[in-house]
Amino acid sequence: MTIAIASGKGGTGKTTIATNLAIVASEKYDSVTLLDCDVEEPNSHIFINGKKIKEEVVNVRIPEVDESLCTECGACSNFCQYNAIVSLKGKPVVFKEMCHSCGGCTLVCQPKAIHEVDHRIGLINFYKSGKINLIEGLLDIGSPLSPPLIGAVKGYESKDTLNIIDAPPGTSCPVIEAIRDADYLILVTEPTPFGLNDLILAVEVSRKLNKKFSVAINRVGSGDDRVHKYCKKENIPIILEIPDDRRIAELYSNGKIILENLPEYKKCFEEVLEKIGTVIQNGQ
Amino acid sequence: MKVAFTSQGNSLDSQFDERFGRAMYFIIYDTDTNETKVLENMAGVESAHGAGISAAKKLVDAKVDALVTGNCGPNAFYVLSENNIKIYLSNAKTVKEAIEEFKNKKLEIASSPTKGGHWR
Ligand code: SF4
Ligand code: SF4
Repeated sequence: MTIAIASGKGGTGKTTIATNLAIVASEKYDSVTLLDCDVEEPNSHIFINGKKIKEEVVNVRIPEVDESLCTECGACSNFCQYNAIVSLKGKPVVFKEMCHSCGGCTLVCQPKAIHEVDHRIGLINFYKSGKINLIEGLLDIGSPLSPPLIGAVKGYESKDTLNIIDAPPGTSCPVIEAIRDADYLILVTEPTPFGLNDLILAVEVSRKLNKKFSVAINRVGSGDDRVHKYCKKENIPIILEIPDDRRIAELYSNGKIILENLPEYKKCFEEVLEKIGTVIQNGQ
Repeated sequence: MKVAFTSQGNSLDSQFDERFGRAMYFIIYDTDTNETKVLENMAGVESAHGAGISAAKKLVDAKVDALVTGNCGPNAFYVLSENNIKIYLSNAKTVKEAIEEFKNKKLEIASSPTKGGHWR
């Protein structure tokens, strides 16, 4: 089972929820896999505090043209749907960050002038903390290729345990890549007009992907009740409400976990897991 | 000198388009002869990825010397500047207006891309 924690924008408390949920789950299950797919700024490791056991470099394959063999026929450029290899005055030019590594240009090049080379886009770090396996994608600075890295992180999703995905913020390609195979989504938001705006976008995406989802509202009491009203009107369950508690903000900024330090919140997270379990089991 | 203007329609009275890769048309204006030509950009409008690159290639193939548009991303900027096509930025309402601005030297050359690429 895979639960993804997503939000329309950053800084809403996605990581707080993902990490606390992982810890509660680790008390209940034999093991839990937490996949930090927020690859531009993975923060889960700060809270999970595990021991790093391994790292792995992630490459994509991109074409390289041997100019001495190239006849400037333009076949590669005509083939590429992504405009990642383009004939400019006859000469093919590769745009690494547009390439989807489909291999097509290499195949269509008659004189075999194209071969594929590795292009590093980032790292995967593996941490272990008790029963939690934290698998973290870390995109190289300046690389725009987060979807393939997220895909590589998701390759370590475990088949027989619970997986929790900390998705990147937003509603574009990287988020879709992170959440598209999840069984359940929790959309994190804040009770403000901006929060609502981003939530609406996230709800649209979740519905398009045909996902079961619910909403978690962070800092309840700090804004207004628009988000609550919207969820009611749209019939979206609110699975978790975290109050606007100064102690939580302090814990967060010190990289500490809520439920270890404020045990009164532990029950809320346990209930979240239970509710999701029931929803997934009943297929509703 | 041949200058391309991004346009939402196929005439001089059309709305100037601030987008580059996804502009429907390029109106190509020749400053020496005062003639204009229309270049369609359907491929760019329809392409899901790399619209800027494909549009830039179109202008390289059409051998223009300059482009007047509202925005230009990094990849398109690279292709255009590598091929010595100057990029001018305008926020004119119509293509005619943008041409006037260009003729009166009211436009500044863009020295860097105006926005990040896709996936950001
Ligand atoms: S591998 Fe595929 S996506 Fe990449 S440049 Fe070649 S054809 Fe385009
Ligand atoms: S298909 Fe091969 S030969 Fe033709 S332009 Fe591309 S690299 Fe050159």
